[in-house]
Amino acid sequence: MPLLDVRDLAVVFHRKGAVPVRAVDGVSFTVEPGQTVGLVGESGCGKSVTSLAIMGLLPRRGNTVTGEVRFEEADLLTLRPQDLRDRRGRDIGMIFQDPLSSLNPVIPLGLQVAEVLERHRGRTRQAALREAGGLLDAVGIPDPTRRLKEFPHQLSGGMRQRALIAIALACRPRLLIADEPTTALDVTIQAQILTLLKDLVDRSGTALVMITHDLGVVAGLCDTVNVLYAGKVVERAARHDLFAEPRHPYTHGLLQSVPRLDADRGGRLHQIRGSVSDNIPWSEGCAFAPRCDRVIDACIGETVPLEPVRRGGALRCTNPVPQEVAA
Amino acid sequence: MVRVVSRRLVQLGVTLIALMTLVFFWLRSLPGGPVDALLGERATPQTRELLIQALGYDQPIWVQYGRFLKNVVTGNFGNSIRTGEPVTDVISRAFPATVELAVAAIIIAVGLGIPLGYLAARHRGRLLDNATIIVTLIGISIPIFFLGYLLKDWLTQDIHFFPPSGRISTGTDNTDVTGFFVLDGLLTREFDASADALWHLVLPAVTLATIPLAIIVRITRASVLDVLDEDYVRTADAKGLRDATIRKRHVLRNAMLPVVTTVGLQTGALLAGAVLTEKVYNWGGLGTLITDSISGGRDYPVLQALILLAAVVFIVVNLLVDLSYAVIDPRVRVQ
Repeated sequence: MPLLDVRDLAVVFHRKGAVPVRAVDGVSFTVEPGQTVGLVGESGCGKSVTSLAIMGLLPRRGNTVTGEVRFEEADLLTLRPQDLRDRRGRDIGMIFQDPLSSLNPVIPLGLQVAEVLERHRGRTRQAALREAGGLLDAVGIPDPTRRLKEFPHQLSGGMRQRALIAIALACRPRLLIADEPTTALDVTIQAQILTLLKDLVDRSGTALVMITHDLGVVAGLCDTVNVLYAGKVVERAARHDLFAEPRHPYTHGLLQSVPRLDADRGGRLHQIRGSVSDNIPWSEGCAFAPRCDRVIDACIGETVPLEPVRRGGALRCTNPVPQEVAA
Repeated sequence: MVRVVSRRLVQLGVTLIALMTLVFFWLRSLPGGPVDALLGERATPQTRELLIQALGYDQPIWVQYGRFLKNVVTGNFGNSIRTGEPVTDVISRAFPATVELAVAAIIIAVGLGIPLGYLAARHRGRLLDNATIIVTLIGISIPIFFLGYLLKDWLTQDIHFFPPSGRISTGTDNTDVTGFFVLDGLLTREFDASADALWHLVLPAVTLATIPLAIIVRITRASVLDVLDEDYVRTADAKGLRDATIRKRHVLRNAMLPVVTTVGLQTGALLAGAVLTEKVYNWGGLGTLITDSISGGRDYPVLQALILLAAVVFIVVNLLVDLSYAVIDPRVRVQ
């Protein structure tokens, strides 16, 4: 039985005097206990909104969330707010993109870690702070006792992200959602943070949903990858399958666009033409069709279903990349 | 902290000297003066000459200025031209009245303004929020003297609910300890006098508090809305913290920064409002003293001292604002 089972999740944003936006348009995926699952896609494909919807962290007004988010048999979307609060931070932890703005500037770091333990583990302030010191040590923050009293602005970017990881993992959640945790960091720190995450997740058996636009992150971390485009999953595959044989033209295009050290110098980098703003609603066919090199008449007019393919994968394409070409 | 405060105190000194100079020459450059005001138009040149000499206005202006500076440093502000009393006596009699009024007004403005602003923000776009926006707009727009007479007319004439004027009922046997009547009553256990003074304080304080209250409500509302959108509030939510914890620990403290600045500025501006409020309710504080000293004969010594006092209050309030900033926000603290 999966730990997290997202079924047909849709998020619609309503704006005054404008057409509602379907930011997430029927996303389904599962996460097994201890598994690392990637949600990949470019800006605006709905990956962050998906994660916020799972956690119930979308603004209360101006949007409609439908579908099901089953977490250990409970549907998080229909849970009473106070029951959801009990689970957030305890059963599901979350790490955000910008570590500076995600930490409260006027509260000492120690309390920001300790308050989760106070809330969910019933620790006293003192015990929670002691434990927080251990957590900071575990995520590789040197001199943790001193850091407990410091404020976020006194830490480097990498330290701040480590602190956020410590907060998210403080209660040993069974699921961790990481929303582009390395985007705001420079490359060397990115690698450190990813190694740390991988380590912690492996050691504690925590399942991880990794949201990223960075295929390198996926390659290093994820067991299964979901590629999102315009609010829908267009391809799902085990990591190896995805990199070895991408079937969806969008996935194929993304992988082609990764610069390679062994490529010809002066050769032009592949790009997917157009931009996401070209998209059309999924109801009128494939939203990727206007940008697709393999577009055929059948792509336009009716909804393309997500169909299962090899080894638990799935594909939403009428004219996929043939397997031998992809290889 | 000590260094910051001492640096600010030096700044205070420099500001005061500059201000004193400005006030000294500015007052004397105005047409008319105490001599005309005291003697009237039909005084003989001899009488005028005698008074000018008696007041020392025949000496060169820089000699007068030097004497003024020397006196101020030694704490001697001279005597009131109108009444002949020492300026310090005149002011210390009026000062507690205004402070009592201003403190009451600030307590009302802050005590109601911050919770109301917070509630409006939490109910954004709903009835409470819209009502608050409209009412505060009226509060900001309504002139003090108009509101003052309106309240006075209604609540003291049409309905005899509050006393119409003064700080305490005539004939009340109250002992003067600090000059703050409400406080004095408590100190001397004359609770009826204290209650009476408090009862007199209600209308003037409400009148004076209206504008700062409206402004504080609006700033608090805007500031809380800003903070609710911050990433760290989302992080706090993701931790599953209780709503009350998020509110107290994560939202309010961050939202207070702009509010503290506003409270400081409004406290400084209260003196201006006090002039009008005191007039309406015949309060007899600094505001009354200012108007009397200008219209009743250019009372230079009193005016100079009053302006200096206002400046000191303003600067001290600003210093307190800066210090509370450092308490609230660690990023402001000097390393």
